[in-house]
Amino acid sequence: MLSFKDFRNGLMVTLWFVFLTFPLLVIKINPIEKSVVWRWHNMLYVACGTFVFYVLSRLYLARKKEQQQKIKTGIVEDKVAWSAKLFSEPKFYIPIAVAGCLFALAFPTLFSTYQVNIMITALMYVVLGLGLNIVVGVAGLLDLGYVAFYAVGAYAYALLNMHFGLGFWTVLPIGGLLGALFGILLGFPVLRLRGDYLAIVTLGFGEIIRLILENWGEFSQGPSGISNIARPGLFGIDLSLEMSINFMYYLTILMVIFTIFVVNRLQDSRIGRAWFALREDEIACQAMGIDKMKTKLTAFALGATWAGMAGVMFAAKTTFVNPASFTFLESAIILCIVVLGGMGSIPGVIVGALVLILLPEYLRAFSDYRMLVFGAILVIMMIFRPQGIISTVRRTYSLKD
Amino acid sequence: MEPILDVKNLTMDFGGIRALDHLSLQIKPGEIVALIGPNGAGKTTFFNCITGIYKPTKGDLLLNPPGKKTKKLNGLKPNKVTEQGLARTFQNIRLFPNMTVLENVMIGRHCRTKSKIFGAIFRDPRTKKEEKEIVEQSLEILKKINLDKMADEYAKNLPYGAQRRLEIARALATEPIVLLLDEPAAGMNPQETQELDELITKIRDEGLAILLIEHDMKLVMNISDHIFVVDYGKKIAEGSPEEIGKNPDVIKAYLGEDI
Ligand SMILES: Nc1ncnc2c1ncn2[C@@H]1O[C@H](COP(=O)(O)OP(=O)(O)OP(=O)(O)O)[C@@H](O)[C@H]1O
Ligand SMILES: [Mg+2]
Repeated sequence: MLSFKDFRNGLMVTLWFVFLTFPLLVIKINPIEKSVVWRWHNMLYVACGTFVFYVLSRLYLARKKEQQQKIKTGIVEDKVAWSAKLFSEPKFYIPIAVAGCLFALAFPTLFSTYQVNIMITALMYVVLGLGLNIVVGVAGLLDLGYVAFYAVGAYAYALLNMHFGLGFWTVLPIGGLLGALFGILLGFPVLRLRGDYLAIVTLGFGEIIRLILENWGEFSQGPSGISNIARPGLFGIDLSLEMSINFMYYLTILMVIFTIFVVNRLQDSRIGRAWFALREDEIACQAMGIDKMKTKLTAFALGATWAGMAGVMFAAKTTFVNPASFTFLESAIILCIVVLGGMGSIPGVIVGALVLILLPEYLRAFSDYRMLVFGAILVIMMIFRPQGIISTVRRTYSLKD
Repeated sequence: MEPILDVKNLTMDFGGIRALDHLSLQIKPGEIVALIGPNGAGKTTFFNCITGIYKPTKGDLLLNPPGKKTKKLNGLKPNKVTEQGLARTFQNIRLFPNMTVLENVMIGRHCRTKSKIFGAIFRDPRTKKEEKEIVEQSLEILKKINLDKMADEYAKNLPYGAQRRLEIARALATEPIVLLLDEPAAGMNPQETQELDELITKIRDEGLAILLIEHDMKLVMNISDHIFVVDYGKKIAEGSPEEIGKNPDVIKAYLGEDI
């Protein structure tokens, strides 16, 4: 199945990797003793590892290609993906959802406050991912400045709380509305751009918002940020720190459920279909009578609404915001969640967020190599499952009724 | 009889190239009109101009919906043109490949339905009813073009001929009064072409006017009521199929000087 050429390429790739990792893994300089330790054994590991991995990946890809060829020529039936089966039949997904909910409910009693805090963060990224999923995954608008709307929400709560003493529950919808407003303001001029151009402009917008927050001291208190933001209240009851973290946890769970509910209904509606069609073919869409601008703008604004609300929650959770929380890296991570999880797929984005946020935490065991492993996993995923962990399945309409 | 679609002196320049040169064309209600001409004559450009994808350099587009007053289509966006009642198919198939066959047709219902974000989230009775109607009407249309058994299949998995028919179904779902077909028979085998012939006639009999670009002369001569011939963006002849078949200019444009 593999040709001589594959092995030759394997050797080249191995050499290249050995060369790349040479300064990092082989040479060890000890500046105090002024000596150099040559760790040649590491080179051997890298070489063997790379070669074996390369050959295995070739084998896998060759087999996959062959399979597709067979499906095309009709020799074998196309297997329905396990994910498609899992999420299209109630008898499979309902038990999973119930088990997931029970686990989520019991989580704070099972684990330490530290773990609960990490979980809150991960769940917030679920909300952010689902919001961006509307924009990127469903409507196909590449938005690299999503974090700007997140910042709008977070600062809305921080500032309104500081100046007017407004509480979490009042600001949550305001944050969403402000997100939507900013989404429309930005979307209106830039949504006539396509693909790469849109990506660059949104990237710029994200940076502009961050720079404003950093430099407009009177407004946002600059890089030092705003602290002592009120935590969400529960009918005026005084909560201990641990209790309020648990409360925050359940709030986030509610938010996640609410988001899943809304996003699911939106996707499965007249508007959701139009979004998806727009991602498929803009010209055909217009020829079918869909107003391109309006449809894109609703997607953009709705995505921004969720970022705004997530921002309010973020500010309430950390009780502190500063511009450093809203860098481009943040947008990139949320985008990764959507792409890695599966564009347009709700369960995919949820799994994607949990994996991407929890993995680096639990990879701390690998200490120095944690980010390397993380990066490797991303690259490998994109090679072997470019459609994401769980790919979308279009719903079918029962023909019986 | 007053034409339902009246195109006057349509001119389209691409930089220095004049793709359409003062082309006038009328379609009467209930007619099948064919637009023919050699490759690169400007037929697809003509479609793109009247459906708002291109902005014509010059010329007027008038639509006379039965029982309503005349509408000018100049300068309208493509989606507005479709709302007014012009629907088209594409020469190089432009379906939504990763949506199901049924969903492709449901997209066509978009401009005739109304539910908004609010309805989508709360699923009030009106939205539910509308959604149900969309599915039913779309299935109805699929039945008409004999694709209802494939409703849940992804559009990209359909055979070529079926994809072309699905394009017609999708266009029909927008409730057009004039249907524009750009080479619907391209890539079809003789039997599929025969079925297409029957389908187009059936659509005409339901009261639609049809403008058809086609290279398959047998099909054109068979079903057209009126034929326009263009070459280099200019109209070189028009008339009934018999007249066109005998017209020396047409024969020359198609077959060269020798005959
Ligand atoms: N967007 C464009 N920019 C520049 N020139 C164009 C454009 N679209 C079409 N043309 C030119 O206009 C002329 C007419 O093209 P058109 O596609 O309308 O021909 P056609 O009659 O549909 O041919 P065919 O039978 O091959 O489909 C061609 O010379 C083409 O190169
Ligand atoms: Mg053409």
